[in-house]
Parts: sequence; structure tokens; C-alpha cells
Amino acid sequence: MKKIKEVIFEPLFNNNPIALQILGICSALAVTTKMDKAIVMCLAVIAVTGLSNFFVSLIRTYIPSSIRIIVQMTIIASLVIVTDQILKAFVYDVAKEMSVFIGLIITNCIVMGRTEGYAMKNSPVMSFFDGIGNGVGYSLVLIFVALFRELFGSGKIMNTTILQPVNEGGWYPTNGMMLLAPSAFFLIGFFIWIIRIWKPDQVEEE
Amino acid sequence: MQKDSPVRTILVAILLCFVCSILVTSAAVLLRSKQEKNKILDVKKNLLLASGIIQNPKPTEQEILEAYETVRAEIVDLSSGETVSTFEIESFDERKMSKDPKHSYKIPVDKDTAGIKVRAKYNLAYKIFENDELSMIVLPVNGKGLWSTLYGFIALAPDTRIIKGIGFYEHAETPGLGGEVDNVLWKNQWAGKLALDENYQPIFQVNKGVVTPSTVNHESKVDGLSGATITSNGVTGLVRYWLGEDAYGPYLEKLRQSLKGKRVKT
Amino acid sequence: MLAHHLSIFIKAAFIENLALSFFLGMCTFLAVSKKVSTAIGLGIAVIVVQLVTVPLNNLLYNFLLKEDALMWLGVQGIDLSFLGLICYIGVIGAMVQILEMSLDRYVPALYNALGIFLPLITVNCAILGASLFMVERDYSFIESVTFGLGSGVGWALAIMALAGIREKMKYSDVPDGLKGLGITFMVVGLMSLGFLAFSGIQL
Repeated sequence: MKKIKEVIFEPLFNNNPIALQILGICSALAVTTKMDKAIVMCLAVIAVTGLSNFFVSLIRTYIPSSIRIIVQMTIIASLVIVTDQILKAFVYDVAKEMSVFIGLIITNCIVMGRTEGYAMKNSPVMSFFDGIGNGVGYSLVLIFVALFRELFGSGKIMNTTILQPVNEGGWYPTNGMMLLAPSAFFLIGFFIWIIRIWKPDQVEEE
Repeated sequence: MQKDSPVRTILVAILLCFVCSILVTSAAVLLRSKQEKNKILDVKKNLLLASGIIQNPKPTEQEILEAYETVRAEIVDLSSGETVSTFEIESFDERKMSKDPKHSYKIPVDKDTAGIKVRAKYNLAYKIFENDELSMIVLPVNGKGLWSTLYGFIALAPDTRIIKGIGFYEHAETPGLGGEVDNVLWKNQWAGKLALDENYQPIFQVNKGVVTPSTVNHESKVDGLSGATITSNGVTGLVRYWLGEDAYGPYLEKLRQSLKGKRVKT
Repeated sequence: MLAHHLSIFIKAAFIENLALSFFLGMCTFLAVSKKVSTAIGLGIAVIVVQLVTVPLNNLLYNFLLKEDALMWLGVQGIDLSFLGLICYIGVIGAMVQILEMSLDRYVPALYNALGIFLPLITVNCAILGASLFMVERDYSFIESVTFGLGSGVGWALAIMALAGIREKMKYSDVPDGLKGLGITFMVVGLMSLGFLAFSGIQL
């Protein structure tokens, strides 16, 4: 039980997939302009990392090493397609806006990185929780970035106006820069900086 | 058997493919009807939202179907502007038809401001009636943005010059930038703008930057989408193309002729 | 004709640079850009893989997956486009592995130079992204060759530029917490700001 807890919480700050392992950044940038999209993306990624880890681990002893990568890829891709289909059927409005990026979960390195790096060596249950943990660690960064981008970019959080923007008759001049992708890089940079001030052992030596 | 023997490798591969294909296919097949229902409802919803008949941005299925009662759809031969009855309205699919060489029309490069290269020879047009008076014409439009083709509806007043509303129901533009074509406040600016000039030529434009009363031609311009110049230009292009002489121009001309002297809601 | 292809190429390489405008392939982009020499190796590998997979996926899409694509078999009304993702990634995975094996067998020198990067490429979203764009934009086969080449070249250029900057940065005094990954994010942010300048260009 203690070990499960460790596996889930370790990736949040101590071994965050984005901040420390440099995994899964591509999609993080694209869907963080709004909180609701970021949250749907996070749920999809958590589901895919958890389940793909579980299934890969389940059949890990049967996978011949020569086709290892493609077997993992097939499992991940199937799960992503199923996720994509489910989103399209039940949350059509949000799914409509992020079609390309749901598909790109397949190439989200977190998923592949965890199946290859963890699930191939560990039991299904532990792998499942490891996947969940890493998905949550990824979500943490995504939601952090989305919070700032939506708040300063359009003055809203979860589509609720917090800072009344000028173009809607308020006082807050929206920062269009926040909605452009470079701002996501800067925000993730700051996120890493904050984590490393808090946990100095993560500082890289040149 | 050894783990890495060829037979075993192939066996694992086949088994995996089998399981995965069942999983994926069943998900696709089981959910397809729900997805398609969503899609059709979504098209109707967007038609109604674009024309301002429904104000509530999240209407229920009931509301949509009820409001849709006032809508009469017809299929138009775009080159002549005549309505035709050779196709069934329910199953008419412009997108599919535009890929069929028999029914597609190659748009001359110099006229193709929408960037779509081909379109079907026919397309839908919707007339909306209020107490048996024509109150609005809604036309489907599409064109290239930054990432994707935008599909939407534009609603015009019966004089065919004044815009009543706009709405896009399918696109994959950057969320928060080009994706702001879905922003209600931005769409609200469209109502009352001029789509066509006195000679019925398209003049509508998405401005670069904010439109103020001192902007030249401000009566036919809406604010640009910040951070999405290419999407903004794409929207200008597609409106101008579809309302122009190469697309719905002849149809709108015929409509104006037929409405001359008749009472219409303005 | 030539002008059309040149325009697709320039667009894919600069205006719509996969790494800096669409932010695809970021993980490898950040992880393998410490040294110019390795960046060049990875860049070339990406160009080769793009050049092979994008046209292959184009054939797959046009003759198998697209709605009514099975017409040449006399079958009508079948739409397999929901299988797109898994097919493209399958092609990419298979191509990368075949490329790896054949390089190992016939050009061992190149294999030793590229070898370690090739498996990384399978999970590079730039590769899958390029295939998805090809489908989205409905490119013909020949256009897809140009597009694959252009997007590969653009990505390679971007990673080489970043590696150059990072090599120089060794001599700068960076705050402790920002060392390594943190400052790299900042640099890429600035680079992408620069590339935004291309985004308005119409060819």
C-alpha cells in the first residue's frame, strides 16, 4: 500500500514527467489556452497512461523484444482511438475543438516512456498506478500553465470572467501574448525554476 | 518455445492485432450512431445559433428540433442559381460531393479566396420564415484557416446585403487564438454589418485590429482575431467567395428579383 | 508546378515550422539538443523518416482509409478513417524499425551515427503530426513528398539552431534553478517568438 502511494506521488514533484524527465511537452503547449480543454486533455492522458501501462505490463512476459516497440505502440494507439471516440460521443463540444491533439496523445512521450521504462519490468497493478501518477504529474503542469494563460490571456477561469476584459466593457487589457504558444514555454520554464528552488537537489550541474 | 523465435513473434503480433482491432472497431461502431446524431444536431444547432433564432448557447435537443420547424431547406445549382430537386435534402452532403469528379466544380485560382480549390456544383440554402414572411437566408460556407478548413453558416437579411449572424461548426484552429471564431462576443459584432456593397459585390472584411467608428468602411468590418491573422484572413476570404459571383451570387440575384415588390420582414 | 512545390516546401520548412510554430516533437527537441553534432544526426534522421513516412501514409489514406477509398476494389460506401491514427503510427513504427535494421546491415557507419536516435523518432510527434497535416490538407502524392521533405528540413534546422545556442550558453551565468532545462525552455520561447514573424507571410 505504501509503495502504491509512493508510485503515485513521486511523479508529482520529485520526478515530474515534464519538469524533470522532459516528456510529453508537445501537447502540453497546444491545449493550455483554456482550462476546460486542459482538463479534458488531462483526463484523457491519465486514462491512456494508466491503462496502457496496465495492459503492457499484463502481457510483458509474452512480448518478444524484437517487436516490443510496435506492440506498445499498437496498444497505446488503440486506447487513444477509443478515448477519441468516447470523447466525440459524450463531450462533443470540447472534443470538436481539440481533435488533432487527442490523436497526438499517441506520440506523447510520457505514455511510451512509462510503458517502456516501467511497465515492462513491473506488475500490472503497480504499473497502473505508476501510469496514473505520471498522468497526474503531467496534469499538474498543464493546469498550472492553463490557469495562467486563461486568466491573463482572456481574463477568465473555466470560462467564468474573473478580470473583466476591456473589449467586453471592463478594465483588464487582455494579454494576447499569453494565448500565443511562446508564453507556454516561459511558464513551464518558471514552473521548473520554482520547483528547483523548492527542491534544490533537482538542479542540473553543467 | 523460445520467447524470440519467429513463430512466436508472429503469433503475438497476430493475436495483438486481433484483440486491438476488435476493441477499436467495436468502439467506433457502437459509438458511431451517437456521434452522428451529435453531428446532425450540432449542424442544426449551429444553423439556428448563427441565425440568432436560438440565443441560449447550450440548447436542449427539444429546443433545437422545435426551432428548426421554421426552417425550409433547398438545394441550389450554384452556377445558375436555380433550385433543383434531383437530390434528397436529408442526405445531401456537399463535402462528399465536392470530391466526386462528376458533381464537383474546380474553382479558378484567381477567384478562390476561400482556398478550397474545389466545391460541389450544388449546395444547400436555408430560408427561415417568421409568420410566413421570409425573415432570413442562411447559407453554408467553408474555407481555409490556419490549420484547417472552417465550416460554418452565414445568415443574411432578405435584402441579401446585411449580415444577421455567423457561426462555425467545425474547425481545428488553435484554441484561444483562431479558435476564437467561436467567441460569442466576436460573432455578435457581425449582425448588421454589410456583406455586399450597393452593386451586390462582396465587401465584408475581418479587420486587422479593432474596428472603431473612424475605421474606413467600418460598416462592413468586424474586429480581427488577435494572434490569428491567418484565420482572420481566411474568414474574410470565405465570406467573400461564397457570397460572390462564383458561388451563391446568382442564387442571391434570383432571390432579390423574386422578392421585388413583395412584403418581407426587414 | 515547380513554384507550387517550392511554396509548399518553404511553407513547411519556415512559415509553418513543425517545431517552432506548431510545437511538435518537443520532447526530443529539448532532450537531444545539447550538442550540435548530435543535433545534426537527429535532424538528418528526422528528414529521412519524414520523407519516407509522409508519402507512404498518403498512399495508405488515399487507397485504403478515405471514405469510398476502396473504390478500386469495387467496394463502395466504406469509411475507415477512424483507423487512421493506428495505421499511420504503425507505418511510422515499422518504417523506423526497417530503416534501423537496413542501416545496420548496409551502412554501419551511418547506423552508428544515427542508431540511438532512430527509436526516439517513433514517438516524435512531429512525424505523426506531419502525416496528420498531410491528411487534413488533402495533399496529392507528389505534394506529400515535398511536404515531408520540407517539414523534416524545418525541424532539423530548428534543432540545430537550438543546439548552437545551447553550446554557447555554457559560458553564461544562469541562476541555479534555471540551469539546464529551465533556461532551455526560455530560449525556445524566444526562438518561437522569432518564428512567429514568419506566420503572416503568404506565398
